[in-house]
Amino acid sequence: MGFLNIEFLVASAVGLLTAAGIYLILRRRTFPVILGLSLLTYGVNIFLFATGRLMVDAPPILNKYAEVPYTDPLPQALVLTAIVISFGMTAVVVMIALAAYLSARDDKIDMPHHPEDEGEDA
Amino acid sequence: MSLFLIAALPFLGAVFPALLIRAGRNASASAAGLTSFLAFVGLMLHAPAIFRGEVIQVGVDWLPALGLNANFFLDGLGFLFASMILGIGLLIILYARFYLSREDPMGQFYTYLLLFQGAMVGIVLSDNILLLLVFWELTSLSSFLLIGYWKHLPEGRQGARMALAVTGSGGLAMIGGMMILGNIAGSYDLSVILQNKDLIQASPLYLPALILILLGCFTKSAQFPFHFWLPHAMAAPTPVSAYLHSATMVKAGLFLMARLWPVLAGTPEWFYIVATTGLVTMTLGAVIALFKDDLKSLLAFSTVSHLGLITMLLGFGTKIAAVTAVFHIINHATFKAALFMSAGIVDHEAHTRDIKRLGGLRHLMPVTATIAIVAALSMAGVPPFNGFLSKEMMLEETVHTLWGGSHYVVPGLALLAALFSAAYSFRFIGHVFLGPIRNDYPAKPHDPGFGMWAGPAFLVTLVVLIGLFSAKLAGPLVAVAAGAVIGGAELPYYSLKLWHGLTPALYMSGVAVVGGLLLVKLHAPLIRAWNAAPRPEAKQIFDALMRGLTKLSQLITDGLHNGAITRYAFVMMLFIIGISYYAYASGTITAPTREVQSVGPITVIAWFCLIVATLAVVAKHRQRQLSLVLIGVVGLVVSLGFNYLSAPDLALTQLSVEVVTMVLLLLALNFMPKDSPIEAPMWVRLRDGGIAVVGGLGAAALIYALMLRDFALPSISEFHLANSYKGGGGTNVVNVILVDFRGYDTFGEIIVLGIAALVIYALTEAVLGSRVRAYLLNRKPDMPQDGDAHPMMMVVATRVMMPLALMVAAYIFFRGHNLPGGGFIAGLIAAIALLMQYMASGFSWASERQRMFYHGTIGSGVLIAAATGLGSWFSGSPFLTSAFGYLHWSPLEEFEWATAALFDLGVFLAVVGAVLLALESLARFAWQPGMSSEHAMDINPARDDAAEAAEAKGEA
Repeated sequence: MGFLNIEFLVASAVGLLTAAGIYLILRRRTFPVILGLSLLTYGVNIFLFATGRLMVDAPPILNKYAEVPYTDPLPQALVLTAIVISFGMTAVVVMIALAAYLSARDDKIDMPHHPEDEGEDA
Repeated sequence: MSLFLIAALPFLGAVFPALLIRAGRNASASAAGLTSFLAFVGLMLHAPAIFRGEVIQVGVDWLPALGLNANFFLDGLGFLFASMILGIGLLIILYARFYLSREDPMGQFYTYLLLFQGAMVGIVLSDNILLLLVFWELTSLSSFLLIGYWKHLPEGRQGARMALAVTGSGGLAMIGGMMILGNIAGSYDLSVILQNKDLIQASPLYLPALILILLGCFTKSAQFPFHFWLPHAMAAPTPVSAYLHSATMVKAGLFLMARLWPVLAGTPEWFYIVATTGLVTMTLGAVIALFKDDLKSLLAFSTVSHLGLITMLLGFGTKIAAVTAVFHIINHATFKAALFMSAGIVDHEAHTRDIKRLGGLRHLMPVTATIAIVAALSMAGVPPFNGFLSKEMMLEETVHTLWGGSHYVVPGLALLAALFSAAYSFRFIGHVFLGPIRNDYPAKPHDPGFGMWAGPAFLVTLVVLIGLFSAKLAGPLVAVAAGAVIGGAELPYYSLKLWHGLTPALYMSGVAVVGGLLLVKLHAPLIRAWNAAPRPEAKQIFDALMRGLTKLSQLITDGLHNGAITRYAFVMMLFIIGISYYAYASGTITAPTREVQSVGPITVIAWFCLIVATLAVVAKHRQRQLSLVLIGVVGLVVSLGFNYLSAPDLALTQLSVEVVTMVLLLLALNFMPKDSPIEAPMWVRLRDGGIAVVGGLGAAALIYALMLRDFALPSISEFHLANSYKGGGGTNVVNVILVDFRGYDTFGEIIVLGIAALVIYALTEAVLGSRVRAYLLNRKPDMPQDGDAHPMMMVVATRVMMPLALMVAAYIFFRGHNLPGGGFIAGLIAAIALLMQYMASGFSWASERQRMFYHGTIGSGVLIAAATGLGSWFSGSPFLTSAFGYLHWSPLEEFEWATAALFDLGVFLAVVGAVLLALESLARFAWQPGMSSEHAMDINPARDDAAEAAEAKGEA
């Protein structure tokens, strides 16, 4: 099976996660959109990580005793902060979704527009 | 005093009135007064040099690339205006102290006033037209605040908005004009521009620049047809009207016309635009003023008329007219500010400004009456007051002016204006102060305290003195200011005196005074005719225009932003895909340079799990709980993948974040519907699926192509690998990057994380404070509840685990610099250890035993990180430079320490605090009364045994 290589597996996983994320983001209820954001986050994080090129068994932990290859540490540092920040983002979005649902008893993502609400300040 | 300081003083001083208002109104007013006084004294120190004809310049290059330099200069014209702004400002500050009532926020007033004063001083001292524009806009903004000071009055708010809209859009036009002017002259410095008259007037862009700049001046100085905002701005408190609308802001336009007079004036375009506008404004304003019953309205239209007069004089383009204009600027400022303040006193004491309800005040408030009558006579152009002198000179100039080949247009209209001007002045005197005492005033009028009439009295003294001794008192000032206006050319012959002989101007003055008296006599029938005549109402036209513009922008905004977030997301996705395709189609791609790497069967199985779980999330996303479980699988495989691909730090982080996120989503799902209905029609779902597939394929192809090729440019990763140990003292390069190389980013990130947690906390507070709370309290769970919410096994297990988990966190933390781990991961693990207690033993039980406040934890984390960063300043290094060394404490082995570990501690604390604050906030939604139990476990055999034993004892 010629396509069974790491690069293909990672690329296909990124593609699928992205596609699933996009599809769910386009749904009309808050919860699927949050799920979609999470999937898209996985996809984006792996994408960023993979820009450092892939290596097996070469963690960027310096070895004092031997000359060994190291994988690219920079995307890892980027992705590490991205993971933590995306947790913060998810938490805020979840909170907003929950507050919106509890206040309006409705978890539709589209806001009905009422131009007449914006009364002119006399 | 440096010009910088004079311009900056009002801004610096603006802080104090607002702060000192707690110490009382006198303290606040004194702070404002002292600030103005200091600036005024500083200005006066330059007076000898100015009167010697010197020009004082200071400057620093601010943004030389843009031609924006902080250059100031002070010449006669700037000196005249600055002394008016600061001097009258002082009188206004005194007056306002007594005018404003106890309910008015006085600190705010003085702060706004000083901001405005600073902006005005900035305009008149600027040597750079870009700097001038900045101050120009600042006056629009600060005057908006001042006009709308009485926020509770709709007229005040509307007037402020109108003033801002008109002067603001004029300012926009002026920016364009100034840019063109600067481009023609090749510099934005006024001192350079003023030397280039021929270059500028010969330029084909002279007319556009002129029109744009004049738009700015005319809107600011309330020239026809933009005059309408000024009367509506009269809703402001009277000190504001007296300051902004007599002496300062409306004169900014005049100032600029005078300032640019040497380069812009003298052409037929200048004459016909400026002089005609001024003439029309002068006449129109004077006519309307006669028919206004509101004292301030009358004065407002009179101001419009006088501004027109000065504009017209500047428009004539002759040197002698410019001298007259400068003289009238001084005179108008003195008598008009005094009149506004007198009107304010009448309003303050009689509680009305309606002329029809006033009369006979001469007997009740003699001091005010004297002040107002003298000032009004000066406004009417009656000798021997200063208004007569400049009006006479103006009339003299009109006689010599040809308009469209006619000798009669300008003097005729000017005579008409002078006639009406005399008429409304006499009406102001006659209908307010003269006549019999009435018995139906809204309040009993009497003279105010000294503090209130001192200001106008001082100005009226000037009115009289300048009238009598004009050459001595005003002569030198007029000479230096006019000299600056005409650009250093020799001053023409003129003499400031009362008696010029039997000139045409004198006859015209006589006609105006007699005619004015007649018009006042005939006022009753005239106003009936005026009211019967149809005329356009500026406010209605303005409002209709605004409504139209609002409608239009609403149409556009609503069309683009209709609240359908799904549509925004759809458009965004389409855009991203489109732009990616464009990049792909317009770029080139090289041949692959890297080999693919083979994989073993376990990896393929893990990949397969990920694929199936992701597809299942999409397929089952309507069943929300199931999809949560499935997304957990995805997260797990991703962590495994990170570990497999040499990223142990990422694996640890992903894993712990996964746990926290799942708990978070479960908590939220508890209160939300458990299913999503099918809403979108089939074609929409197919369309979205199509978009998703295209997007996914694109992302996959991009990363696949990327992974098969080497870096196009050398990577900086080599530097990090090489210096991690030498420079950062750690062998875990990822951690060293986080806490050392890119420590600033991490510092920002923990702040963001902390803010996110605080946002969640604040939202929770807001939601639980609303009617949602009642709903939550009465809410029946929509799913069957576990009979034993806090099972013993779990309680015991989590409590045993807690010290172990914290130990692991400590271990992960300490080894982080050299081995996988660090503050982020340790923080997440510690948070999970605490979270377990909430889950197993219940929110109430855990909260009661909570010893730390999570806000404080976040804050201390950020502060520790910041303090570590600041610490490096003491060794003279930049922010967040880390240091490390080796310590040997027996009996411990020698170990290494780094300041980065302290920074990491800050990260740790911020992460713990943020995670726990976020989850605790969400958990508070579930709180119900009676939930808290003194026991951690609902069912506890030990308790039952004890109860049985007690029972048995009781029986025994």
